[in-house]
Amino acid sequence: MITTAIFLLVLFVVTLTVAAYSTYGERKVAAFLQDRIGPNRAGPFGILQPLADGGKMFMKEDFVPATANRKLFFLGPAIAMTTALLTGVVIPWGGELTVFGTTLNLQGTDPEIGILYVFAMVSIGVYGIMLGGWASNNKFALLGAVRAAAQMVSYELGMGLSIVALVMLTGTLSLSGIVEHQIAHGWGIIQQPLGFLIFIVCAFAETNRAPFDMPECETELVGGYHTEFSSMKLGFFLFAEYTNMFISSAVIATLYFGGYHVPGLDKLGLDPNLATIIGVGAMFAKTFFFIFFFMWVRWSIPRFRFDQLMNLGWKTLIPLGIFNIVLTGSIYYLLK
Amino acid sequence: MLALFYLFAAISVISALIVVSARSPINSVIALVVCFLSIAGHYVLLNAQFLAMVHIIVYTGAIMVLFLFVIMLLNLNKATEPMKSLGTRIAAVVAGGLFFLTLVAAIRHGITVRPSNEFDAGVGLVRSVGMSLFNEFLLPFEVSSVLFLSAMVGVVMLGKKEAVLAASSAPVEPLTAAELERRKA
Repeated sequence: MITTAIFLLVLFVVTLTVAAYSTYGERKVAAFLQDRIGPNRAGPFGILQPLADGGKMFMKEDFVPATANRKLFFLGPAIAMTTALLTGVVIPWGGELTVFGTTLNLQGTDPEIGILYVFAMVSIGVYGIMLGGWASNNKFALLGAVRAAAQMVSYELGMGLSIVALVMLTGTLSLSGIVEHQIAHGWGIIQQPLGFLIFIVCAFAETNRAPFDMPECETELVGGYHTEFSSMKLGFFLFAEYTNMFISSAVIATLYFGGYHVPGLDKLGLDPNLATIIGVGAMFAKTFFFIFFFMWVRWSIPRFRFDQLMNLGWKTLIPLGIFNIVLTGSIYYLLK
Repeated sequence: MLALFYLFAAISVISALIVVSARSPINSVIALVVCFLSIAGHYVLLNAQFLAMVHIIVYTGAIMVLFLFVIMLLNLNKATEPMKSLGTRIAAVVAGGLFFLTLVAAIRHGITVRPSNEFDAGVGLVRSVGMSLFNEFLLPFEVSSVLFLSAMVGVVMLGKKEAVLAASSAPVEPLTAAELERRKA
């Protein structure tokens, strides 16, 4: 009980730190891709930039428009941030660690329906954006909120279908079960290349990241759903996006890249604790790669139009997802 | 555990009351979301994790988002309470009273009843839900999926019909002066 509480606290701090440093990473990656230097004033290599940004967010005036619905205006960013932080609990960050005779499992909790829990949190997360956008009483914010809702509901379907095929192979909905299946039978990317492609496209849409960042598209909607937000309320919306990105990357690594699995590590005969720590390192390395991938795509590919986004979701990804299920089922049946 | 049950029960009842009494539709929808989440809590207390999560994904995450979507698009923020006609009100009172009578009659003897078999903690897990859906209840399950499919096809048909109608009625729209001149020539 105590160990779980400590683990959750550590996870909370790590999630926030990674999210904060993703903002720094984003600016550095953008600078690199655009042949600039990026932030380099606060501390060596600008390493203190996230702290400076966070401090600035807190110091700014917290302005609420006179026509806004005050309660919902407050509730919006709170829901966005809370649901973003809740998802990390079910992700297996590593194997088992034995400290002073007690075994510590590096996963907050392992429910039988882990992957469904992730989906549930993602689907509640849209309320933060919707309520925040609507409560602002601003047409740009409302349009952003409506776009976010339509986009997230549409892409949840494609994402769900890509997971169905994976679950058919692994035979479990538990995230640790899926990782163990990959350790035994090879990584998910090899077994489900098409499913991975569908999943990662949907992950971009679910996190409102470019090229699918229509809800906050500044050329059309000023700032989209967070147009009227200022100070730490705006900070929470932006922070929730980076937290979601971190969690999505971790889920991608868990489902399709073996989670904390390092091929060939078990043959070296290392101390179990050392092997676990290397596994955690591998998990974070995979996660960071996908965070980088999110940024790489954002600064390389232009934004879609909204009708293109809807066409891609409903007319390409959903049929592809169903085809993937049929394909997986037939191959599984033929090989069995 | 019992304290948790009472907490969830209180949240469910209070939020359900807010759903029907709230003047602004958006508050109703939010109260309904809270109500659904507390019901998911009840499912978790019964160890029905699968049901709880599917309940959240389908009802809270999809259906209520669409409710909210419609309210936002139609901008139903104003509390509009149209007065019903006398006949409707009398009918509503009679129907409500009959329903109340049925409930009382059903519960009056039901309170002392104890379940004959022990509660099975595994009844709501994925495996047992799947087993009962694909063995015992296979036919109703498949029939309901056909129902969903027909509903989907129906919606697409209706959407297409309107699109075709809009396309065919387009030339009837009043032409601009320049267009009329061009046609005459």
